Amino acid sequence: MNAPLHLWLIPLLPFAGFLLNGILGRRLPKSLTTAIALLAPLASFGVVVVAVMGFNSASAPFVEAYGHWISVGFLHVDFTLVLDQLSLVMLLVVTGVGFLIHVYSVGYMAHDEGYARYFSYLNLFLFFMTLLVLAGNVLLMFVGWEGVGLASYLLIGFWFQKTTAVEAGKKAFIVNRIGDFGFLIGIFLLLANFGTLAFSEIAAKLAANPAQGQVLSGGVLTIICLCLLFGATGKSAQLPLYVWLPDAMEGPTPVSALIHAATMVTAGVYMIVRTHFLFDRSPFALSVVAIVGAATALFAATIALVQTDIKRVLAYSTISQLGYMFLGCGVAAYSAAIFHLVTHAFFKALLFLAAGSVIHAMGGEQDLRKMGGLRTKLPITFWTMTAGVIAIAGIWPLAGFFSKDAILYAAFLQGTSGKVLWFLGLVTALLTSFYMFRLWYLAFMGQSHTEDAHPHESPWSMLGPLVILAILSVCSGWIGIDRFAAFLAPAVGPLHLEGGNALWEIGLSVLAVLVALEGWMIANKYYKRKPERPAQLAAALPHGYNILVNKYYVDEIYGAAVIKPLLSISKYLLGWVVDTALLGGIAWLLGGITNFAGVILQRWQSGNLRSYAAWLTAGAAALLIFVFYISIGSYMGAHGIDVPMNLHWMGH
Amino acid sequence: MILPQDVPLTWYLLLSAALFSLGVVGFLIKRNLITVFMSIELMLNAVNLSFVTFAHQWHAVKGQIFVFFVMMVAAAEAAVGLAIIIAVFRARSTLAVDRIDLMKL
Repeated sequence: MNAPLHLWLIPLLPFAGFLLNGILGRRLPKSLTTAIALLAPLASFGVVVVAVMGFNSASAPFVEAYGHWISVGFLHVDFTLVLDQLSLVMLLVVTGVGFLIHVYSVGYMAHDEGYARYFSYLNLFLFFMTLLVLAGNVLLMFVGWEGVGLASYLLIGFWFQKTTAVEAGKKAFIVNRIGDFGFLIGIFLLLANFGTLAFSEIAAKLAANPAQGQVLSGGVLTIICLCLLFGATGKSAQLPLYVWLPDAMEGPTPVSALIHAATMVTAGVYMIVRTHFLFDRSPFALSVVAIVGAATALFAATIALVQTDIKRVLAYSTISQLGYMFLGCGVAAYSAAIFHLVTHAFFKALLFLAAGSVIHAMGGEQDLRKMGGLRTKLPITFWTMTAGVIAIAGIWPLAGFFSKDAILYAAFLQGTSGKVLWFLGLVTALLTSFYMFRLWYLAFMGQSHTEDAHPHESPWSMLGPLVILAILSVCSGWIGIDRFAAFLAPAVGPLHLEGGNALWEIGLSVLAVLVALEGWMIANKYYKRKPERPAQLAAALPHGYNILVNKYYVDEIYGAAVIKPLLSISKYLLGWVVDTALLGGIAWLLGGITNFAGVILQRWQSGNLRSYAAWLTAGAAALLIFVFYISIGSYMGAHGIDVPMNLHWMGH
Repeated sequence: MILPQDVPLTWYLLLSAALFSLGVVGFLIKRNLITVFMSIELMLNAVNLSFVTFAHQWHAVKGQIFVFFVMMVAAAEAAVGLAIIIAVFRARSTLAVDRIDLMKL
């Protein structure tokens, strides 16, 4: 056993920041609030770095238990934090990117009234996210899972005077709750079938008895995996529960970068990788994961083609990229999925922060059609954004290329169905490249479309994180999937790439880059050389264009198929029949009876003292007569004296 | 307490009953609040008489102890009751029970 790593500090430091700023923030000077808000994640990041220094791959995982949490019957849950290769990578991303976004927020939120409240929520998010990542059992993970959902809700609805923001927060919370239902069922099934919730014990039981005999047939395992997957689709915004993420863009932009791009939405991917030993034994569930991922990737990418809100383009892009990660999980290339998670965290956080810088410069304007020509006005934002765009488009040698390519190659090697998934991924890559360069051309190239705007470059507190993230977006891919997979192998198993050879691998990579460049070319043609073409195309294909602009009418379909029936049931059956008629009726009846009795009985209260006296005397006399008869009756009964018929009932 | 041995138990009880009934009747028909109050005292003392009678009859001291309790309660009641009566008289300038009816709805 090594020296303790004090893992508990990692979540609790941000929590302390949350408490300080949340309780005292309004009374503290702004500089102190800023210091607390930045020190908490920085210290947490420092602890992670120290843990990295002391990390010895051979003796991983490090398990630190802090006592029992629940101990009822056969249910035993401990406060256990686990540091292995997987949680180490996640922690570096969460606390590192999290800290950068905290720094950025100092500039972005400088003039907001809810400055302290904002940072206390942000610290709260980091607390729950690190808890989720470090949790050694499913239930503790679920606490973090719900907690990040809460922080997400609070931050989406941060500007609570804005109705759309409040409704977006509610939507995110409720849609996540639907997914959480699946996750909870999965947890219950795990408990029922394994008798434990600790990841290591479940894995050990599965390894000791792969088939689990009669206790656990393959069907149960598949159902558990599908339940977990359903939970993951809620948190990671996959089909069919992705609808909350685009609306979540109502929150402040750094929040979108941290929670709805880099960290929280990847929790679903992390959860699947964390429970990979379950998915490995259920090929059916794995193929469902892959299909969900590939379908979501393509689906969201097509919507992103026509969005005009800069943040919504990025939101659909996030959904699409998360689809890639699910595809990676689905073909059991867990380390490739995590690799993409990491690079995506860098370049998508960068893209969102750069978009935030653009929005900041434009005075809150988010419509791409009103931007343009910002290249010279915002040079640093422009260059960092360019790095992010090239990275996400998957052009060599930036980060996105390496991770996306690893996933696509792993999919390609999975037989015929894998080739279909690979093709979907490739088409998505084309679309991704197109819509990202579309955004790039619309925002930064051409002429400005608003005369009265005077864009100015953002302060260095915002540009600093942009530059760091841009460097990471360029370089992080150079680690290479082989080295990354080798590092993660003890935690998530080795990356299997059977049946492939170097020629195929290079050929597919070249193809992927060509596809990405083709997407760039198309964007160049449509938005630089012939800017009138998009409108002509939209006019030529009105139906297709309308479907995309209206996001396949999914919100409308959900509204008609789910929300409206539920509202009707709530209003008519539960509201009118159960609540008003049944419960209200009972309450009204009881009240009415009491009231009526009062009306009758109040006639006794004549206010006349002598009438009270008379009633008192009459009552005493009646009582006396009653007792008298009882005593006589029981006396006679006890002494065998024949009891007169009219007294008989009294004594017994 | 020395009671003549040749006076039977029944007589005491009849006397007590008679006093109690007088108290009840006074309680019911008298219109002056003080008289009503005195009737209540009469009833209490009628009960006291039965208590000592039975205590003597059965050579048990409990009955006499109860008498002290009753007297104590009666004294407390007299203090409170008379205070209320004075307060009522000050407020209404009358002690006729039929006219003390402010509590009527």
